[in-house]
Amino acid sequence: MDLFLDGFAWIFDPAHLSGPGGIWARIAEQLSYTFGAVAIAAVIAIPLGLWIGHTGRGRDIAVLSSGGLRALPSLGLLIIFALGIGIGFKAPLLTFVILAIPSLLSGAYAGVEAVDKRTVDAARAQGMTEWQVLTKVELPLGLPLLIGGIRSGVLQVVATATLAYFASGGALGVFINDGLKTRDYAELIGASIVVTALALVLEGIFALLQRLFVPRGVTAGQITEVRSRPVRPRAVVGSPIQEGK
Amino acid sequence: MIEFRTVTKKFPDGTVAVDELSLVIPARQTTVLVGSSGSGKTTILRMINRMVEKTSGDIEIDGEDIYALNPVKLRRSIGYVMQNSGLLPHRKVIDNVTTVPVLNGVKKAQAREAALTLLDTVGLDRSLAERYPSQLSGGQQQRVGVARGLAADPNILLMDEPFGAVDPIVRSELQQELIRIQRDLGKTIVFVTHDIDEAFLLGDQVVLLEKGGRIAQQGTPAEILSRPTSDFVATFIGADRGRRALRVEVVNGRNVVVDEDGRPTGVLQS
Ligand SMILES: Nc1ncnc2c1ncn2[C@@H]1O[C@H](COP(=O)(O)OP(=O)(O)OP(=O)(O)O)[C@@H](O)[C@H]1O
Ligand SMILES: [Mg+2]
Repeated sequence: MDLFLDGFAWIFDPAHLSGPGGIWARIAEQLSYTFGAVAIAAVIAIPLGLWIGHTGRGRDIAVLSSGGLRALPSLGLLIIFALGIGIGFKAPLLTFVILAIPSLLSGAYAGVEAVDKRTVDAARAQGMTEWQVLTKVELPLGLPLLIGGIRSGVLQVVATATLAYFASGGALGVFINDGLKTRDYAELIGASIVVTALALVLEGIFALLQRLFVPRGVTAGQITEVRSRPVRPRAVVGSPIQEGK
Repeated sequence: MIEFRTVTKKFPDGTVAVDELSLVIPARQTTVLVGSSGSGKTTILRMINRMVEKTSGDIEIDGEDIYALNPVKLRRSIGYVMQNSGLLPHRKVIDNVTTVPVLNGVKKAQAREAALTLLDTVGLDRSLAERYPSQLSGGQQQRVGVARGLAADPNILLMDEPFGAVDPIVRSELQQELIRIQRDLGKTIVFVTHDIDEAFLLGDQVVLLEKGGRIAQQGTPAEILSRPTSDFVATFIGADRGRRALRVEVVNGRNVVVDEDGRPTGVLQS
């Protein structure tokens, strides 16, 4: 318990909080990695995931390759990149982009895939173009899962960004490394508390966002539906007619 | 007029759902495709708006090859109503109805105004306009589906078992509603069902289908009832079970129509 108090004392020591190498600055670095990496990963993975979900093509490749990406150890990657492109912020950023891609990719295609095939069929039969089917039907209805993917990507990166100091990339890992080296347990624990708190805050924000982005009609149905009706069938295997692109 | 000329549909797995179908669907009338499950009704219907691509043969609308048209444009000019209503769950009733007009570039306010009138047409209270589909009963959802099908004022309306999932009372209401709407609007309706009573009630022309979309018999309900051309047809319309074999008995000096079991079904007016 004393250690925790020491940790908090370390955090709230004004000398540690501000300044270029202070806690606020390191938090800013940690968050920059997080949102920078997730934004870059999003630009790559979300369009790809939507395309896979919409066309149903390349799904197996996506599953396999994102499984493969997930299996890569971040620290190993980081070191390889640091050796390849030098130390600084680039190697960690690249590592975290790769870390975030699988979650975002699977969130995007799972979101589109989970949309009731009959709804998509009806939209197409009304005369929507493929683009309109994607943007006006599949995307809004798949948004909760897509945001779920972003959420887990953000959480993974924010937790892993402490590794950046291995490539002299700053962020909160600096304190942990420092604390370990100098056996300054107050610093070690203080920094861990900050990382944990950061992750919890982000988690809370995303849980809220995810709730907000459930399409209105879908929640409306869940709330007012008193009659028990089976949950709407999901991506049905072998539902009779799905042709017509 | 919609015309099929020796149209075949073979699915990638080898199933021949429709085998060399030739069929003329006259304009401004209701043609009902009826047949048992798997006979190819849905496939035939969906070849008209190219939701299913034909394998061979010709399909024309008013003499024009539908394969010369852009499929998106074609679909926007044809109303489509399906069994599960197929409404977009994240859009309000009114926005579901205005979908196609808005896609066609009609101003939103104008489309909404027209949609409200359509809700009247299909017998829905305007107060439901701001609800989401999940907040409606099955029967109400079907009505919205019909309103949406009519929204772009298409000449052709395709209906695939639109009343299949509602209870018999609501179904009968919806059927009467459709008869009234058709009297007013005079669309070319292609209606799919496997309920022969519904077919006889709604169809100006009834097309009885066997497996592979083969036509067992085609004609007005009276023609089919009076002269079934095969055992299959006779069985399908229930003639063999005597369901349709009514006879007249004189009771209290009036001609009472009774069915096979002697149950009275009505009185002949002379
Ligand atoms: N996408 C598909 N791939 C392969 N076979 C299909 C496909 N869609 C339909 N079929 C087959 O084509 C045949 C006709 O199907 P269709 O859906 O047109 O029948 P239907 O008359 O509408 O039946 P129901 O009354 O059950 O709706 C069936 O044998 C069906 O299994
Ligand atoms: Mg069918």
